[in-house]
Amino acid sequence: MSLLSAEWTGLLYLIAAVCFILALRGLSSPKTARRGNLIGAAGALLAVVTVFLSARIENIPAILVAIAVGSAIAAPISRRVEMTQMPQLVALFNGVGGGAAALVAVLELSSSESPWSKVAVVFTMLVGAVSFSGSAVTVGKLQGLISSRPLIFPGLAIVMGGIVLVALVAGGFVVATGAAGWAIALLVLGLLVGALLVLPVGGADVPIVISLLNAFTGLAVAASGIVLGNLLLVVAGTLVGASGTILTRAMASAMGRGVNGILFGAFKGGSTAGSTTQSDRPVRSSNPEDVAVLLNYAQRVVIVPGYGLAVAQGQHTIAELATTLEARGVEVVFAIHPVAGRMPGHMNVLLAEANVPYEVLKEMAEVNPEFKNTDIALVVGANDVVNPAAKTSPGSPIYGMPILDVGEARQVVFLKRSMRPGFAGIENELLYDPKTTLLFGDAKDSLTKVLGAVNAL
Amino acid sequence: MDPITLLTVVVLAVFVGFEVVSKVSSTLHTPLMSGANAIHGIILIGAIIVAGQALEPWLLAVALLAVVMATANLVGGFVVTDRMLKMFAPRKPAGADTKNDPKGTTK
Repeated sequence: MSLLSAEWTGLLYLIAAVCFILALRGLSSPKTARRGNLIGAAGALLAVVTVFLSARIENIPAILVAIAVGSAIAAPISRRVEMTQMPQLVALFNGVGGGAAALVAVLELSSSESPWSKVAVVFTMLVGAVSFSGSAVTVGKLQGLISSRPLIFPGLAIVMGGIVLVALVAGGFVVATGAAGWAIALLVLGLLVGALLVLPVGGADVPIVISLLNAFTGLAVAASGIVLGNLLLVVAGTLVGASGTILTRAMASAMGRGVNGILFGAFKGGSTAGSTTQSDRPVRSSNPEDVAVLLNYAQRVVIVPGYGLAVAQGQHTIAELATTLEARGVEVVFAIHPVAGRMPGHMNVLLAEANVPYEVLKEMAEVNPEFKNTDIALVVGANDVVNPAAKTSPGSPIYGMPILDVGEARQVVFLKRSMRPGFAGIENELLYDPKTTLLFGDAKDSLTKVLGAVNAL
Repeated sequence: MDPITLLTVVVLAVFVGFEVVSKVSSTLHTPLMSGANAIHGIILIGAIIVAGQALEPWLLAVALLAVVMATANLVGGFVVTDRMLKMFAPRKPAGADTKNDPKGTTK
């Protein structure tokens, strides 16, 4: 029996759906974002309570234990994870969400009767499975368990096309017969498609893939809502699908590439693969003291942080350096490339963690015209996002990607670990420019030394 | 549920999604992703429904696995988004923010 009538259930679900919309809307400003997220969480809680009261639910103790287990696994990880590892975590949660949607669809197969409800089941299973295995491969790449270089083998496109075709046929059989065997085959094929979709994607494009898979899971959840006749799932899933799609497109255009180009670039051979060999051309390297002098007597410094900074956990040191320079009357801003870090907006989170106020974080379009009035561009652990090859050499894999024009600054200082090319594996001409100074070493180490030298001045 | 009602809801939700997300500043793209990620964890209610209707043990086992996964998605997503957004909270002028936990590790 159920305590709530269908009307009340629908009303409570509507409230939950509005909470989710408010959660997304809150993100339009850092001031309202946190409150919005709490509203979203409250909406989720309301929905979960509602489902227990409205539907005929058996096995309640077992379900509650399962919920406790899920929370006990996820909450501590979420609290403790390093901000640098955020992309892995988001991909991980995305994967289990997609997996859950696929499993729900499998179980609903026997009770769905109308053909279009069966089509929704098939869609949920396939997309959920793609999202699950795709996310798993993404986590592997980000964690370094799998090579972040594009994994390609000859005939990949044919294999992929074949599997997709077989999956569609299997999906057709599931719709026609409802047989469990075909459904399981469909799940396996979905897992294969997900893995093969992400394996050929180069490391630099992984942020976009996370966003895309997020949209996929949203769509799978929406489809599962159609299967279950649950409007909240439909609305929430569609919201996520739409937002994920927008974000994916925004990211792709920030890299100057189409989404298709990223996903299928490797299939056509236009991959992001480059060389990892070190070059032995001469560069001008320097010591921390000289860099400190350059920075201290500049009027305006633009800091370009990249993932190298985050890997070295140098965000706190660079925040301190910025504060110190500001206290000496140097104007300091941070220039954030949209794909700096390993997921969209990742660098903003890392710098926020280090208490850098978001007002000094400038977006690319805002900061690029200002580089010519900049004395020093300090590039820390970034490479591809400042690589002029994106503008000058049409043959380069990153050609067309909008970059931060650090070359326009009067002087450029690179803090780099070594001369090895960046994540995308492309040589950076700017490193050999006469106005460029390099300081080699671990980003945090170098920054600490520079900070010490500035303080000693 | 009749298909046209569903379609109406889907189309309107797409527009709301586009509308709301296109206003999100790029500073908050990571919290946006993890927040949207948390929202699709609401598949949990689907998992609860199938678990609540599962009659055979192995069906229940699969459904409970889905419940665990969906809960991890939902709870983890909201917790981690909250942790990130806490760091973006407007700060008092320098020196007055000692109460802020810079790492955001406490609850």
